[in-house]
Amino acid sequence: MKNELKILGVVVIFTAILYWGVEPFAHTQMHKHVDGEHFAYSDLNESTKKGNVENGKTLVMGAGACTGCHGIQAVAHKAPMDAATAVSAYGVNPPDLSTAGGLYSEKFLANLIENPAHALKVEHKFDAAKGKMHPMPAFYGAGGDKAQEIADMVAFLKSIAPKEISPKNAYLDACGRCHANRYGKLDQLGETPTFKSETDTLKHKVAVLEYQDKLKAYMGKLPPDLSIIIRARSEHFLETFVENPQSQLEGTSMPRVGLSAEGFEKVKAYLTQTGDPSKTAREAIGPWVLLFTLVFTVLAYLWKKSMWKDH
Amino acid sequence: MSNRRDFMGIALGGFTALAGGLPALYAMKRSWDPLPSVKAAGFTEVDLSTIPENELITEKWRGKPIFILKKSADMPQDPRDVVAGGARYHVSIGLCTHLGCIPAYFPGEKKFKCACHGGEFDASGKNTFGPPPKPLVIPPFKVDGNKIVLGEAGPEYLEMQKSGIA
Amino acid sequence: MAHFEKASSITEWLDQRLAITTVKKVMALEYWIPKNINFLWAMGMVLAFTFALLTISGIFLLMYYQPNVDTAFDSVNYTIMSEVGFGWLWRHIHGVAASVVFLIIYIHMFTGIYYGSYKKGREMIWLSGMLLFVVFSAEAFSGYMLPWGQMSYWAGMVITNLFEGFSPDIAGGIMNAPGLVEWIRGDYVPGQAFLSRFFMLHVLLLPLVIIGLIGLHFAALRIPHVNNQDGEEFDYHEAAKLYKEGKTKESKVIPFQPVFLSKDVFVLGVYLIFFFYLVFYHFNFAMDPVNFDPADGLKTPAHIYPEWYFLWSYEILRPFPKDPGLIAFGFAQVAFFLLPFLDKSDTVAPANRRGLFKYWFWIMIVDMIVLTVMGKLPPQGIWNHIGLVAAVVFIALFVSLPWVTKNENRA
Repeated sequence: MKNELKILGVVVIFTAILYWGVEPFAHTQMHKHVDGEHFAYSDLNESTKKGNVENGKTLVMGAGACTGCHGIQAVAHKAPMDAATAVSAYGVNPPDLSTAGGLYSEKFLANLIENPAHALKVEHKFDAAKGKMHPMPAFYGAGGDKAQEIADMVAFLKSIAPKEISPKNAYLDACGRCHANRYGKLDQLGETPTFKSETDTLKHKVAVLEYQDKLKAYMGKLPPDLSIIIRARSEHFLETFVENPQSQLEGTSMPRVGLSAEGFEKVKAYLTQTGDPSKTAREAIGPWVLLFTLVFTVLAYLWKKSMWKDH
Repeated sequence: MSNRRDFMGIALGGFTALAGGLPALYAMKRSWDPLPSVKAAGFTEVDLSTIPENELITEKWRGKPIFILKKSADMPQDPRDVVAGGARYHVSIGLCTHLGCIPAYFPGEKKFKCACHGGEFDASGKNTFGPPPKPLVIPPFKVDGNKIVLGEAGPEYLEMQKSGIA
Repeated sequence: MAHFEKASSITEWLDQRLAITTVKKVMALEYWIPKNINFLWAMGMVLAFTFALLTISGIFLLMYYQPNVDTAFDSVNYTIMSEVGFGWLWRHIHGVAASVVFLIIYIHMFTGIYYGSYKKGREMIWLSGMLLFVVFSAEAFSGYMLPWGQMSYWAGMVITNLFEGFSPDIAGGIMNAPGLVEWIRGDYVPGQAFLSRFFMLHVLLLPLVIIGLIGLHFAALRIPHVNNQDGEEFDYHEAAKLYKEGKTKESKVIPFQPVFLSKDVFVLGVYLIFFFYLVFYHFNFAMDPVNFDPADGLKTPAHIYPEWYFLWSYEILRPFPKDPGLIAFGFAQVAFFLLPFLDKSDTVAPANRRGLFKYWFWIMIVDMIVLTVMGKLPPQGIWNHIGLVAAVVFIALFVSLPWVTKNENRA
């Protein structure tokens, strides 16, 4: 018995060293280490102003302001262009702002309004000095205290955001305009409809492909489908990448998403739903299977003992 | 030693079979079940408003042909008829109740005839001649205005089921 | 035609026709195993059981897998993982078992080397086992192609490229095989033809070969008998007679069933705890995240490496220039086969009780681990140097083995 435990010890130690070498250790050597800051966005300016919702509404909904490009379903404002036209005009379809106040960090929103290319971390792509303007113009102020006006607009966006945003809607608003998720039956135009006639199916497919072509021209390549990204990348990678894409992939044209910590949790929940749907079942069944193997081993040990008694 | 059945061996075997074998068999059984996407595709909506009278329309539902025949005023009324938007329709799974071939409709004779073994059904789907043992089967349906949803059991279908027609 | 008496029971009826009592006696009740063994002797049973798990889980995966370059990825990652009832369980069992089976194979192999169970009549056990190792490797590789992810595609690309052979200017070009790579792939790159034929290999031809080889491996055990912890040679007839007389304590053997089996099953239980823990809670090591990106023939992943069990031989290839690398790689593939013939000692005993072989064994184990770890690390800086040294040590170990072991015979 003592001898067997000694042998087991040797086998376990060598296996453990081997495992440590090819898994944890090798991964620290292969991947760049990036420290996250849990969506604090410490590189952005802090604002101390308290926003006024009413004034914010006037500013957001005013002529030539946000609603000139963005729709806001929450206040029954339709987007001025459909997705296909918008993508042709801007390279990307401007998002509906209904959920913005609920998904994105307040700090990020304020900085985004003030200087989009900076807040989105795409200044390497959109450099005003070289005449390359970001499709969303910076807000130069409506005549009053600019910082206060920005705070008002953010306050308004927060006031209209729904209390509960479903993981799917969070995904659609934060990622869905560029990334398809075919396992969730989503394409860049939203939910992929099913048609009875093949003509209609193909028509929709062509519309998606045309949208994707525009997107490709804008982004440099087609943003990948995120169906099972949750299993293809580590949780840490996804979090730090969403927080600051440049930190993991220097030069990428993916803009910073600007999600708040809660907003990211929602998006992650949806990605888990489409990419790792067995997680719940796995976690529910796991303990029972392990309990079975444990009891099995105890019984097998007793059987072995009874068998070897006279030997 | 080996001819005396030992208690621990039986306990281990029994436990493995009950706590391991049965759940494993259940998992295997579930893996053979039709996929959720197959089940979800079990509904088909058909617009009845454009269907001409006495002309057989064949739809596909759960991979099977579905006969829809709009009855003209001179065709006899039958409890098997589906009434939608004021018109009467014969709706059935288009497989002969003998051995599953697809019968053809002859508008002149207002009859379904099966080429395989010569079975015949009238325009209400009732077997009138040959080997078919029973009328054409009526699939679960729900009338929704001028439309019919196949695969969903509406009140009219439940009524037919109760009276033994469907 | 033989004469048959009327049978009075089902057992007797079967016995008349199939001799089941004799079969049971020969295969189980009076199949004698030495008593002086430890849990490492149960690895064969653990392997057989893992192979059974792979077969069963594989059958369920096979029902929904589609060997088509356009649908393979989604049939695995969508249909099997989210639509099929318990499909995820079969896939996780299959993936984890495919990786863990190699850990057990290596333990089984090194056990054989440590106790000298490959020589003096046991050569066929060793050779059939090594053949099993090779076919299992092919089985693992072909299976790795099937999800058609990034790692599948690029592993397929790199490994099949090995068959390009040596540079055309070596030995007048006779070691170069133009067109062989395309012949293996059925295409210029891994494509539909490649996926279909590797699917066939994985689910039909290779499993058949494995089953045949397992039979051979078991059969090879019968005549030389199972080795024991001291490499002791004894008279099996004598020992069996003692046992049958009821002197079980004095006898050096135990019957396969139920005594040896009871210990096997206990070890199997411990193994299953470990195995199912991995299946449910720690599977990423066996299901590489990179392979959850669909195959893309225009983009190589940032880091490309084989599964951990191939790393040591991959590392023997990597630090050298192409042609010497291929020779070293070829050497690594056959080195273990040659073991019974390179070991010139007549002693069958645990390595620790042998002369220089004792050091040889432990250096070999450490070197294999170093090679494995280096094979995964990016080929840069210091890792390259360590890798090169470890590869040279590996070759030197096997080349020097006859001299290392020859001295033992003198003592």
